[in-house]
Amino acid sequence: MPDAPVQIEPERYELTAPPAYRFAVDRRDFIGLLGGGLLIAFSAGAQESGRRGRGQALPADLDAWLHIAEDGAVTICTGKTEVGQNIRTSLSQAAAEELHCPIAAIKLVMADTALVPYDMGTFGSRTTPTMAPQVRRAAATAREALLDLAAEKLQVDRAKLSIADGKIAGAGAAPMGFGELTKGQKISKTIARDVSVARPLGQSASKLEARDIVTGNHKYTPDLTRPGMLHGRVLRPPAFGATLANFEAPDASSLSGVTVVHEKNFVGVAAPTAQTAADALSKLKAEWKREPVPPGAASGPGLYEYLKQTASPGERDIQGSVEDGMAAADIKLQGAYTVAYIAHAPLEPRAALAEWDDGKLTVWTGTQVPFGVRSELASAFGVAEDRVRVIVPDTGSAYGGKHSGECAVEAARLAKSAGKPVKLVWTREEEFTWSYFRPAGLIEISSGVRHDGAVTAWECHNYNSGGSGLLSKYDFAGQRNTFHPAKSPLRQGSYRGLAATANHFAREVHMDELARAVKMDPLEFRLKNVKDERLRAVLQAAADRFGWGPGKSKAEGIGIAGGFEKGGYIATCAQVAVENSRIRILRVVEAFDCGAVVNPDQLKNQIQGAISMAIGGALFEQIRFGDGQVLNPRFSQYRVPRFSDMPEIEVVLVDRPDLPSAGAGETPIVGLAPAVSNAIFHLNGTRLRSLPMAL
Amino acid sequence: MPRVAQITVNGTPRPIDADPDIPLLTVLRDHLSLTGAKYGCGEGQCGACTVLLDGQSVRSCITSVRAAAGKQITTIEGIHHPLQDAFIEEGAMQCGYCTSGMIVSGVALLNKTPHPSRDEIVHHMNGNICRCGTYPRIVAAIQKAAQSHA
Repeated sequence: MPDAPVQIEPERYELTAPPAYRFAVDRRDFIGLLGGGLLIAFSAGAQESGRRGRGQALPADLDAWLHIAEDGAVTICTGKTEVGQNIRTSLSQAAAEELHCPIAAIKLVMADTALVPYDMGTFGSRTTPTMAPQVRRAAATAREALLDLAAEKLQVDRAKLSIADGKIAGAGAAPMGFGELTKGQKISKTIARDVSVARPLGQSASKLEARDIVTGNHKYTPDLTRPGMLHGRVLRPPAFGATLANFEAPDASSLSGVTVVHEKNFVGVAAPTAQTAADALSKLKAEWKREPVPPGAASGPGLYEYLKQTASPGERDIQGSVEDGMAAADIKLQGAYTVAYIAHAPLEPRAALAEWDDGKLTVWTGTQVPFGVRSELASAFGVAEDRVRVIVPDTGSAYGGKHSGECAVEAARLAKSAGKPVKLVWTREEEFTWSYFRPAGLIEISSGVRHDGAVTAWECHNYNSGGSGLLSKYDFAGQRNTFHPAKSPLRQGSYRGLAATANHFAREVHMDELARAVKMDPLEFRLKNVKDERLRAVLQAAADRFGWGPGKSKAEGIGIAGGFEKGGYIATCAQVAVENSRIRILRVVEAFDCGAVVNPDQLKNQIQGAISMAIGGALFEQIRFGDGQVLNPRFSQYRVPRFSDMPEIEVVLVDRPDLPSAGAGETPIVGLAPAVSNAIFHLNGTRLRSLPMAL
Repeated sequence: MPRVAQITVNGTPRPIDADPDIPLLTVLRDHLSLTGAKYGCGEGQCGACTVLLDGQSVRSCITSVRAAAGKQITTIEGIHHPLQDAFIEEGAMQCGYCTSGMIVSGVALLNKTPHPSRDEIVHHMNGNICRCGTYPRIVAAIQKAAQSHA
C-alpha cells in the first residue's frame, strides 16, 4: 500500500532543524559491524525522515535496517522509541508475521543514533501507519531472499519450499534455520518495492518486555549508572525568563567533591551522591533579574481574553458560504469554549546520563526525538553530530511531552565540566515547571441550523490551542474554520491528541447545543449531518453497545460525541452522575476504527488508557500560574486521575481488515470530555463549556 | 545522629553508610543498585517508590533510612508472587514505570486481604498513579491473582 504524504501540524515545530546528513553509520561500516548474514535496508516510501515544514510532504529516505546474522538472530534497527505505546511488540509482530518466525526471535534495536538511521521522531501516531508497513516489507524481502538462497542451496524448485516457525522446509529436505542459509556470506539488499506483504494477523501478543517490568528489572534512564558517575542538579530561576544577575561560586572547601558549573545563565552542580548534590545546590546563592509579566498572562478567566488579544489572523479553511448558510438557517447559535494548560506529567520525569570520552559525547535519555536531541547537543557544544550519540532506553511515558533535549544538554554540560559521567534526573517540580504544556485555548463557534436538523453554517475560531481536529467529517453546507496562533505566556508544545481534544470538545458540545435547539436526539442529529460511513459506523457502534436510544430518562445523564483525527474514527458515550457537587463518570463506551487491527488487546489497552487520561483534562487538570511561576507543580496540587475516578469502560473495536492501519495512541483521547459535558447537560441542564469542567 | 550501617533488604543484611535522614529510596537505588522502586514525586503522592516494611506498604521516598533500619525491607526485586503473572496476563501496563510500585502495593493488599472486593482494591491502590491509565487492568490483575490463591 502506498503511504500518503505526511502532514505535520504547526504545533510540532518546537523541534530543532534536522541534521545535514542522514546516515549515522555508513552502510558498509554497518555491515562490518554486524558481521556476516543478510542485510535489508528499508528505503522505500514517503517517510517522516525528511526536512519538516508546515504542511509539507516529507521525502522518501532510509528508515531502518533488518539483519539476519549467521547464528539466525534477526535484528531490526529503527529510530522509533518505546514510551509505553507498545511498538516494540507491534513492530516485532509485523516482522515475525512476515518471516514466519517466533516473535521472540526478533531483536528490535530502537533509537540509538549510532545504530539506527535518521528518524524524525516518535509522535503523531505515525509508527503503525508508516514504520510498521516498512518493517513488513523488509521482513518480506528477507523472507523471499531466504527462499532464493534455500532453493539454490538445495537445488530444488523454490515453489516447493515454505517457511514456518523460523525454518525453511519442503522438497523432502530437513528444515533449515535462517542462519544456516546466510552462513559465510555477506548479502546486502534494498527492500523490494513489489514484494507482497500480508495484512496484520490481528492477534494479541503480550508485551515483550513485560517480564522485566513486573520483576523491576526493566531499566529506564534514571536506573542507569556509569563507572565514576556523578549526580547532577541545576539551579532554577525563580520565574520564567529570569536571568542571572549575580552569582559567586562558593568557597571550594565548603563543598568538597562537588563540581559547581556556571556558564551564562546556567548554574549546576555535580556530586558523588544525589544527596550531596542536593545539599550543595541549597548552599548556592544567586540573584536573578525577573522579566515583567504582562497582565492576563496568568491562569484564570483573563487568560482567554489575553490569548484572543495577542492572536494573529491565522489561516482560514473555507468550504461553501457561511453567509448563505446563515441566511438559510432557522436558528442561530453562538458558543465560546475554553481549555486550560495541562501538563503531561509522565511518571518518569526528564532524565539524562551524559558521558564525554575524548571529545565524543554519549547521552542516554528518555525522549521521543533522539536525532533532534542529538542536534541540540551538537549545537549546544559546538561539536559535529557524528561526535554525539544519543541512546534512548525505553521511557517511562511521554504523551507528546518529551520532544526536547534540555535535560540532556544540562547533564552533558555538567559532565563536561566535571570530567566524569553525570546523571541528572529532574525533580517532579522541575518537570511540572520547566518542561512544556498542552496549549490553553479559546474556541468560538457561530452556527446556523434548519428546523429539520441540517447545519447550514459553521464558523469556528480557535485561539492558540491549535489546528489539529479543527476540520470535521460533518457535511456543514457553509463553513469557515480558522486557527489563530497567539502569544502563549507558557512554553507550549505537543500533547497526546494535540488540539484535537480542544476542537472536538468545542465542536461536539456545540453540536449537542444545536441538537437541543432543534429538539432532536443528539445521535440522530449527528447522523443527519454526516455521510462519512466510517464516522456513522462508530457512532452507531458506540450507541448500540451503550444502549443509547429513546426511553433514557434525564436521570440517567447520558451524552455522546464523535470525531475523526489521524486516520482514526471515534465515538464516545458517557453516563454521569453528580455526587457532592462533583461530576462522577459512571460508564464510558468508546468505539474506535483505526483500519486493520494489529494487536487487539494492546489496542484496547491504548484506548482504555486514553479514556483514563482524558478524565484528567476533562475534570481536574490545569496548570495554575502567575507572575512567571507555576503555582501547582506537585502531584499533591495537580490532580491526575486515580483508581477511584475510573468509570466502567467498554471498548468496541470496529475492525477494518480491508484498510491500512492507523495509529491509535492519540485519537481515542478526544471523545471523553464532550461526551461528559453533554451528559451533564442531559442530567441537570447545566452546559459546561470549559475544561476542566466544574459544577 | 549516628549513621545507618546496615539494613535488611529482601532477607539479606546489607552494609551501608548512610545519613539517617536520607530517603530509603535513595539508599535502595543509589547505594544498593536496587532500581526497581522508582522516583516519581518525592512526596509520597504517586506510589512508584513503594516497598514493604515488615509487610506493610510504605512510600520509600518519604521514609527515612533510619525508620527502615531493623525492619524487613522488601522491594520488587524480592517479590515472587502470582500477581506478577497476572499483570502480564491482563496486560496491566504500558510504559511500566509505575508497575513496580503497583505490584508491591497489590501484594501488600493481598497479604492482608486475600480476597479483596473491588472497592477494597480501589481504596488500597488509590495512592498509586498510573499516568498511562491502565487502572482497570490493574484491578483485574489483582482480582485474578486473588482467585489463583483460592
